[in-house]
Amino acid sequence: MGGVSAPSPVELEETDLGDLTEIDGPWQTVVWNDPVNLMSYVTFVFQQYFGFSRKKAEKLMLQVHHDGRCIVSSGGREEMERDVRAMHEYGLWATLEKVDG
Amino acid sequence: MADGFQRLRGGGAVATFTGFEADLLRSLAAQIVELLRNEAAVPATDLDPFESMLDFTGPTTAPDDPVLARLFPVAYRDDEEAAGEFRRFTETELRSGKAASAAAVIDAMEEAGLPGEVDESGLMIDVELDADEAVTWMKALNDMRLALATRLGVEEDDEEFWESLPDDDPRVHVHDIYDWLAFLQETLVHAVSG
Repeated sequence: MGGVSAPSPVELEETDLGDLTEIDGPWQTVVWNDPVNLMSYVTFVFQQYFGFSRKKAEKLMLQVHHDGRCIVSSGGREEMERDVRAMHEYGLWATLEKVDG
Repeated sequence: MADGFQRLRGGGAVATFTGFEADLLRSLAAQIVELLRNEAAVPATDLDPFESMLDFTGPTTAPDDPVLARLFPVAYRDDEEAAGEFRRFTETELRSGKAASAAAVIDAMEEAGLPGEVDESGLMIDVELDADEAVTWMKALNDMRLALATRLGVEEDDEEFWESLPDDDPRVHVHDIYDWLAFLQETLVHAVSG
């Protein structure tokens, strides 16, 4: 256990993670791995705030866990600042960056 | 308390705490409220006195306290100016939101019958949360865990380290509380997840 840690494992089939987030703006919101946040909680937050399906939320959560970071949304700068702020409200570690940055 | 939170029919979650557990949660929540209020979110002080009196906006630099720095992370990794602007417009409100979530935990415990001083050994506190209150509690529990993890220096895959500490090491007890909060948060997430 580590990173986004959880007492219980998450069952998932292997799927391509490449096309999860469509690029629709020049900025993106990145969620980073940290040793505190629970896998179940991160999944819950992605479902609740972004309205993602459970399956998509779990894929993104696992991407944070395995790759250290994942892009959860993209769009205009103000919109991304709202998303980052919301992630901070939930206690997740999030940043925003230019899509090519 | 062995069961943590359980799903309530019709939505929401319920948990039963001993008086000691409820008192511990109240005390952790109160410490979060204190921390958020004590090191006030003040604007940078390099303004002249006149300007600084007219500056009602939030801080632009990350807090010195490591717990606060984790609760309010830097939003732009490679752009100090943008990070400062983001902080100026968000940190004050984020602080009051987090303080309000922690205060909601205290209020819920006291409304459920937790007295100011816990001296009865048989006291049990039942807490019922609707779906919105459950999310508020998740956030508050998460902030408490972030605070304890930062003070303890919790890292990736460090379970063996904590298990190797002698029982009389004060960190052992704090780490047990940290694990207990994770259990509460985990069961709460499951209780309200579809």
